[in-house]
Amino acid sequence: MNADLEDVDAFAARARAWLAENMPLADQGRETFFLYAATHPTDDEVLARAATCRQLQRRLFDGGFAGICVPREYGGQGLTPAHQAAFNREIKGYDYPAEIQASTFIPCMAVLLEFGTEEQKHRHIPGMLRGEEIWVQLLSEPGGGSDAAGAVTTATRHGDQWLLNGSKIWTTSGWWGDWALCLARTNWDVEKHRGLTVFSLPMSAPGLAIRQVELVNGSKDFCQEFLTDVAVPDADRIGDVDAGWSVMTRWLHHERTISGGSPYITGGGNRPSDGPYEITVLVTAARRLGLIDDSHTRGLLGEARADALVQRALVESVTRKMATGALPHHAAAMLRLFGGTTNARRAAIATEVYGEAGVVWAPDEETNAQVGLGYLIRQASCIGGGTTEMARNVIAERLLDMPRERRADTDAFRDVPRGPRASSTP
Amino acid sequence: MFTQTADQDLLEATTEQYLAATYPPARLRELARRDSTFDAALWKQGAELGWTTLLVAESAGGGSVSGNGLADLVAVAFQFGRHAAPGPLIGTNIVAAALGRWGSKERHGAALAELLDGGATAAWGYAPRLGRRAPAGVRAARSGDRVVLDGTVPHVETGAPNGYLLVAAVDDDGTRSHHLVPLDAPGVHTAPLGGLDLTRRYAAVALRGVALPATSRVGEPGTADDHDEELLDLTAVLQAAQIVGAMERAFAMTLRWTGDRYSFGRPLGSYQEIKHRMADLRTQLEAGAAVVEKAARRVGDGAGDARSWASAAKAYAGRLGPEVIQDCVQLHGGIGVTFEHDLHLYLRRATVDAQSFGTPAYFSERLVRLVEAGMQQEETA
Ligand SMILES: Cc1cc2nc3c(=O)[nH]c(=O)nc-3n(C[C@H](O)[C@H](O)[C@H](O)COP(=O)(O)OP(=O)(O)OC[C@H]3O[C@@H](n4cnc5c(N)ncnc54)[C@H](O)[C@@H]3O)c2cc1C
Ligand SMILES: Cc1cc2nc3c(=O)[nH]c(=O)nc-3n(C[C@H](O)[C@H](O)[C@H](O)COP(=O)(O)OP(=O)(O)OC[C@H]3O[C@@H](n4cnc5c(N)ncnc54)[C@H](O)[C@@H]3O)c2cc1C
Repeated sequence: MNADLEDVDAFAARARAWLAENMPLADQGRETFFLYAATHPTDDEVLARAATCRQLQRRLFDGGFAGICVPREYGGQGLTPAHQAAFNREIKGYDYPAEIQASTFIPCMAVLLEFGTEEQKHRHIPGMLRGEEIWVQLLSEPGGGSDAAGAVTTATRHGDQWLLNGSKIWTTSGWWGDWALCLARTNWDVEKHRGLTVFSLPMSAPGLAIRQVELVNGSKDFCQEFLTDVAVPDADRIGDVDAGWSVMTRWLHHERTISGGSPYITGGGNRPSDGPYEITVLVTAARRLGLIDDSHTRGLLGEARADALVQRALVESVTRKMATGALPHHAAAMLRLFGGTTNARRAAIATEVYGEAGVVWAPDEETNAQVGLGYLIRQASCIGGGTTEMARNVIAERLLDMPRERRADTDAFRDVPRGPRASSTP
Repeated sequence: MFTQTADQDLLEATTEQYLAATYPPARLRELARRDSTFDAALWKQGAELGWTTLLVAESAGGGSVSGNGLADLVAVAFQFGRHAAPGPLIGTNIVAAALGRWGSKERHGAALAELLDGGATAAWGYAPRLGRRAPAGVRAARSGDRVVLDGTVPHVETGAPNGYLLVAAVDDDGTRSHHLVPLDAPGVHTAPLGGLDLTRRYAAVALRGVALPATSRVGEPGTADDHDEELLDLTAVLQAAQIVGAMERAFAMTLRWTGDRYSFGRPLGSYQEIKHRMADLRTQLEAGAAVVEKAARRVGDGAGDARSWASAAKAYAGRLGPEVIQDCVQLHGGIGVTFEHDLHLYLRRATVDAQSFGTPAYFSERLVRLVEAGMQQEETA
């Protein structure tokens, strides 16, 4: 390791002092994250929060704490995962640009770092780190999200540009993001993994129509995009033509590190606080409801507390083991699985602790509403970022080397069966 | 399963080799039929491998390999779980830790030296779950320069016949203090107990007018409540490590089985249902190992949040460990519930560790109390 690198403890001390001076505290009991917000934020409120995220990201950049593991030539700090981990510990309790960590930094920036040309990296990464470019992922399609390689959005080459046609869906922050990574089919006549290519494109591109999709908790941050002859210069292609799947495997890997383990995200994938699920918030609620002496309630609180600590230990340990090579990078799927199931369980625990108060509430009881609506949307934590079933497949097949599933999609993609929701073969 | 130093790896590897050679499953089955499973010569060899000194400071005759003796001992306990090995590993280390921390050289030095060199073993007589309706426990009465102990300890793990018992007794003033009781002292009566574990033996202990020199007390008068909590942290981490070892063994056996066993013309492991179950079990195993490793580091370093981590380790491994192994039994089908198959060796070990010295629910409750204490501190600050 480079001997001139700042010592991690010294770095942590410097970060602690800087954070105290420069970053606002997080509002502990309140869930600001759009997807989980109980307040049905208006578009204006979402845009205001997005602007705050940009400003906070800019502050991190100016303070020398953006892109801690990103090489200096692209505007980062050129430090190590240990420095990022230390910063993530220090930033706990502060507000920070939580909403743009995914998808801007993982997977988009991580993918650019691995597959972008020098020109692409210089063009985009400093802007990402300054909060000027927010990126989203155009990956899932109406016909299927788990089977990413089954994408039917098509890119056709015309000279030195490509024309994209098709539809993408479930794009988080699609309507206010600046740029996107997009997976498209460039060859229908080969096995499906061999006919894909990744592109980057601005969300304001002509021919790209965006529709917001309302979720069960009232959030409208999800989007569906319709692409009609969207022109993308060949210079904005990421990786080789028809080599999109090698980009995708890393894209999916980085996406799975959302529950922890990525060196590129600030806050370790956690939001500034666990909102209504923060253990002290839960204990306070149990007191208010007169249940703190009820042994069943205490059992639930203890379970929530134990699970949160175990999850933290697991993220730290698997991250360390992947860094030293003690576990292969597929081990990140264990973090995704544990994160998903544990988040689902804690939503159930909170709902049981709140009881009636979590299903019927007064206008000013925002935390109660968060608990109720959090329960409604809870499976999102087992779906978004790749489902827990897909994580189980990865663990079984890649980590445990168990037999692969039999495949029904090995012919030329044109001939592979598709459900009615996938758009038809060109 | 743990991130370890090279020295810890070596300690674990030598322990693993020794246990694999000494206690193969066939040997465990033989021991199952014996009243006593303790073998003084084998225990002494274990002590030579470093099993008994790790929680005791060098100045008191002990020594760790990494500077964090609990993290070292976790590697040994993990292997004890993997091999369902006999030997009062946890009790002996816990009592040695107590003597090293709070004992005095003149009064307890000889006993500690015996524990460290493997010449004797020890048990900690503690059962945190017993509620208000439980029998009174042990009382201590002063009589001149002697102290007389009366009462019962519901169960202790037995080891060497010349072992020691560390037990808290209620003094005349109502406070509790620890005493070191030689098991061969007059008035100490032990009655063997049955139990799940095939290779560990348990006994109920009755103390009837056991007169000891007043100097048998370990620690200042009235310190047993605090000290018991500290010993419970250590015990919880070590039990959790054994449980994770038992889980690891059962999981590895099951993974092999899902490859070898065929049904409907394909290996069990080719069914997605089975693959997904194995993925869940593998993740729970990793989570158990992670929280044990973290807890060992925090407790061994004396960190401020050590008690929460120790409690989380036992609450999680105690709750999930036996369930994971039960799922391994399920995936074995009928053979999994037979005595002939080895799985139950690990299920027994994990279940006994999960339920003794505080159930998972006890540690879950302890976690809530710690959260409340933290909140109260914040409120008064
Ligand atoms: C909060 C959230 C944020 C998201 N953000 C984005 C985003 O920004 N960009 C984007 O492109 N997408 C995004 N998604 C979409 C997400 O990636 C997909 O929803 C997900 O991959 C599942 O795809 P699907 O919804 O099409 O379900 P399907 O793939 O149709 O799956 C349906 C069900 O079948 C299971 N299943 C499918 N195949 C298998 C198999 N082979 N074995 C076992 N089970 C299987 C799945 O696990 C699931 O339970 C987001 C989703 C959520 C909930
Ligand atoms: C208490 C008891 C009493 C019994 N009494 C009798 C009796 O009187 N007469 C008699 O003939 N038998 C009896 N049996 C045997 C019993 O019927 C079998 O144990 C049972 O059918 C399972 O078969 P197996 O043990 O060979 O396990 P396997 O068939 O090898 O199965 C092992 C594991 O794999 C799972 N598995 C197998 N195939 C699949 C698949 N395709 N998809 C998903 N999972 C799969 C099973 O559910 C199981 O978890 C008894 C068993 C017990 C435990």
